[in-house]
Formats: sequence, C-alpha cells, structure tokens
Amino acid sequence: MTGPAPSSPAARADPAPHATAVVLKSAAFRAEREASWRELESLLERVQARGLGSLRATELARLPLLYRAALSSLSVARAISLDRALLDYLESLCARAYLVVYGVRKNLREAVADFFARRFPRLLRAHWPHLLLSYGILLAGTWVGFALTRGDLDRFYSFVDAGVAQGRGPSSSTDALRAILYDGEGPAKALKTFAMFLFTHNARVGLLAFAVGFAGGIPAGLLLFVNGLTLGAFAALYDSRGLSLDFWAWILPHGVTELTAVALCGAAGLALGQAVIFPGREERKAGLARRGREAALVALGAVALFFVAGLIEGIFRQLVHSIPIRYAVAGATALLWTAYFLLAGRGGETGSAR
Amino acid sequence: MTAPGQLPAGRIHQVVTPEGVPLPLEVAGAGDRLGAFILDFLIQCAALLVIGLGLSWQGHFSLGEDVVGALYYVLVFLIWTFYFPVFELAWQGQTPGKRILKIRAVDARGGPLSAEAVIARNLSRQVELLLPVLAIASLAMGAWGNLAAIGWLVGFGFLPLFNKDRLRVGDMIAGTIVVKTPAAILLEDLTTRRAAAAHTFTDAQLDVYGIYELQVLESVLRGAGQHGHFEAVQTVAEKIKQKIGWEGPVQDDEVFLQAFYAALRGRLERRMLFGKRRRSKYDRSESAG
Repeated sequence: MTGPAPSSPAARADPAPHATAVVLKSAAFRAEREASWRELESLLERVQARGLGSLRATELARLPLLYRAALSSLSVARAISLDRALLDYLESLCARAYLVVYGVRKNLREAVADFFARRFPRLLRAHWPHLLLSYGILLAGTWVGFALTRGDLDRFYSFVDAGVAQGRGPSSSTDALRAILYDGEGPAKALKTFAMFLFTHNARVGLLAFAVGFAGGIPAGLLLFVNGLTLGAFAALYDSRGLSLDFWAWILPHGVTELTAVALCGAAGLALGQAVIFPGREERKAGLARRGREAALVALGAVALFFVAGLIEGIFRQLVHSIPIRYAVAGATALLWTAYFLLAGRGGETGSAR
Repeated sequence: MTAPGQLPAGRIHQVVTPEGVPLPLEVAGAGDRLGAFILDFLIQCAALLVIGLGLSWQGHFSLGEDVVGALYYVLVFLIWTFYFPVFELAWQGQTPGKRILKIRAVDARGGPLSAEAVIARNLSRQVELLLPVLAIASLAMGAWGNLAAIGWLVGFGFLPLFNKDRLRVGDMIAGTIVVKTPAAILLEDLTTRRAAAAHTFTDAQLDVYGIYELQVLESVLRGAGQHGHFEAVQTVAEKIKQKIGWEGPVQDDEVFLQAFYAALRGRLERRMLFGKRRRSKYDRSESAG
C-alpha cells in the first residue's frame, strides 16, 4: 500500500483533513442545474393536482423549455454521473414532464369539431375501397336475401331471428304488416324507441368494427352479408303482399343513414383485417396500431350516424306517414351524406394528411 | 435491499421521446389495471344510481314513465360510451380510477397520445367487456351462447397476462401502453457530505470495485434510519476494508463508507469521461463502455 496518489480526486480536493467536502464534476453539475429541475417539478406537481389550466401563460411557456433542459440534463448525467439516485430522479422527472408535454394535444371540444369537419370525411375518402366493398357485400346480401325469400317465403325464418322480426313473418296478416309501417305513437314512446335503438346498435357498431376486423376481416364481411340478408328477407315479405313501396318508404329515411353506418363499421373491420392479413412493408403490430386508430375513428363516426338514424327512426318516422315525404327525406339524407363524404374538409387537405 | 435509488421491480418499457432521449417507464401491473377498471366501474355505477334515483323521484311529478325510462337509457349509453374516452382526453391518459392508482395510458412508441388512440382503446373496451356482459345479461343466448360469451370475456380479459407489456386488444389496436406514473424525489448527493473527505484512498484500492458495487454501496448508505442499517454498514465496511487492504484508523464505519463512496465515485466518473465504464468488479476489460 502506497500513500494517497495525487491523481485521486478525493486526494486532490483534500489538502487538509478539515477541508470542506469533495466536489465531484457530477456534484457540481447537479448544483448548477438543480434549481431548474425544482422549478419543473413544482410546475408538474401543480399540473398533476389541478390540470394544465392552473398554470399562468408565462409558466405554460416555461414548461417545454424546462422539460428540454431536464432532458438535456439527463443525457449529460447519463454520461458523467454515477449517482443512481440522481439518475432515477432525472429519469422520473423527465418522464413526468414528457407525459404532460406530450399528453393529449387538443382539448375535447376542438377535437370533436375538427373530427367532424375534417378528420372523419378525409378518413372516409382514404377508406373508399373498403367502404365500397363493404357496401357491395351489404347490397349483395340484401339481394340474395330478397331473391331467396321471394322463392320460398318460409326462408324468412332462417334469415331473420325472432327478436328482430317482433312477431312479423309470412304468417302475419297483410293488415298487421301494414300497421307496423304506420303506427304512430306518442313522443314519449318515440324517445324510448330511440334510446333502445341506440343501445342495441351501439353494441353492433363495436362488434362489427373491431372484434371481427381483428380476426382478419372475413367475419366482418360475413356480418355485413347477414345484415343484408335480414333486410332482403323483410323486403321480400312485404313485396309478396304488394307493400314494397310502403316498406321502402318506411325503411329508407333512417335506413340510408343506418346502412351507411353499418357499411362504415364493416369498412373499418375490413381495414383492420387488411392490416392483419396483408401488413405490407410495415411490421404487423405497427400496422395494426396505425390502421386501428383510423378504424376506431371511422367506427366513432359511425356511432354518430347511428345517433342520427336513431333520431330519424324514433321521432320522424312515428310522426310522418306520407309516402312522398318519407322518400324525399330518404333522398335528402342520401344526398347530404354523399356531399359530406365527398366535399367536407377538402381545404388544406395536403397539409395535415398523413 | 430495497433502499431508494434501486431499480424498480416491474418491467420497463423504453420510450424514445421526440427529442431522441430514451426514457424508461415502468409498465403497470395487471393488478393495478384491474383495480383501476373496478374503481372506474364503481364510479360509473354510482353515477347511474344517483341519476336513476333523481329521475325516479322526478318521475312522480311531471314527466311520464316512458320519458324517464328513455332518458335513463340514453344516459346509460352516454356514460358507458364516453366515460373512459372523455376522461382520458381531458386528463391526459388518466381516468379517476387510473389517477387513484397512479397509472396512465401513453403512446407506446413515445409520440404524443393522440385523441384517436384514446378513442380506439376505449371503443374496443366495449367489445372486450360490454358485449359479452350484455349477452349474458340478456339471457337470450342459451347455454352455449353464454359459454361462448364467458369464453370471450375470459379470453380478452386474460390477454394482458400473456404478453410482457400487459396489452389488451384495445392497446394493440391503438398502439398504447399503460405505465405507472413516475414519482420523483431528489435525494441528497452523498459526496457533498462532510464525511466524504474524511479518508483518502489509493487508485489501486479504488480499482478493486466497479459501477455495480458503487451503486450497491449507495443504496446501503441511503438506507440510514431503516431497520438493520447499522449492521449492514458494519458488514459492508468490514468487507471493503478486508478487500482493499485498509490499514488506517477508522473511527466510524459510516464515515469510512461515505468517504470510500465519494472517492470511488470520483475515480469511476473520471474514468467514464475518458470512455472507460467499468461495470463491476469482474469487469477486467479496459475498453470503452
């Protein structure tokens, strides 16, 4: 054992035994920067307790600066310091600040407005092949259901389950079938219909859009087809009694919106399925995440459409019985949605589209 | 040893911030996730109960029964559908339950948590949980149908246990991950203590140990006040004295350890500046770390 080597920092800083503590580079670094970390920490504590709104404008402007300063401190500390407690503190401070700085960007109202004015119609345009395919499957299902039920009315029972049929079927009298098309109820009942409609269809949205899409897109196509079959079977039933005109006048005012919503969910499911089966150049998990977010937005928009359809079905249809007006409303909704999908959010599209 | 300053026990998910700095985040455990969900569920139920009571009280007076029922359905729908996404949008990835249990949803790749990700991960919650529950509750499915619904529920419910990042389907679709909210406490720098200069050591004595031993020593020293601290300090000090061949006088083991820590950290940090990162006492390579 030799004596203390002059190169040891402890020795250098310790010419006399009673000197003050050793100052390492990392300790000096910490002393220099600590105040800005403390400032960031106190801002973060306030944000966590009372939200971003509790910060004054000047403090809000300091937050990203302090965050970047802390990040740079962390990078330096990783290179020069072996103080585990300091590294842990900086990592955790940076992570907290990162979560605040890169949290959800927009406020809720802005996000909703932006969604309906721009994101949703743009997404639909981006998904047009899926939407077209989805509509195609739905219509094919309707046609097959119609043709098969026309051939043999008893097939109605295999295409429509009892809950949906609500007692209607080939054995119902023509008058009973007609009565359903024109039963006017009070507004209270109408509202109840609307609510039930929302609740049952919400489940369908989720099912169609996600779960089945996740399983490769084929079940989504199947569900669309089955949906079409049910509609076709009903159409055939009413057609056999010469009530075709009345039936479509009953179904189309909300049906245009509702079927579009169903087709949208189907399209979302098909897009998810595409991401699972044909990931393309992307890693499968990354592709699923990217398409999943878009599909979720499409499904969310579909929920809004179901909402509109529910309103039309629950209220308008109970109050208006005139066939021409019913067709006019159906035509108007079709026109409206087409215009919305084709034209909304066109301005500045190249700027923020991904 | 569980002194502060040691690595957390849970799995670490590394995100790289847009500035290019990797940050470790601790993945939230399955228990915390479930607990947060149950809390949120109870809050929703409580809200619906209060609203239901209010409506039924109201129902005696002006509004008809049908209207009250319809209103209630609409409210159930709105709360069920929008409770999670609205809170997660407003509170940056947290719901009341998540907030209580100090966890939050973040973007798995380190970007900002987008509104669509929040919506995606919560819409799919409906498919994972609400659908089978409704199916079972509706009693319209028959035994096999119920079995399928329970299987669905179990399959999706246990999915987070079968992947390392505790992702449910919604997290996969949205590209999110749920992490613990980090808590930061800045502890004192041990080398600034007065005792840190009490002894001096030779380079040869300091070269016995590496970074790993330094940080174990740090956690021992930071354990002051804990049960068994005194014995731990004594044992470690004896061990170190023996290992480095210390022959000088030692009045207080704690002071000795603090001085040794400061000297060792100084030496290792100085070598690190020259690109030599000695990981542990077994690391004999002198290459750059």
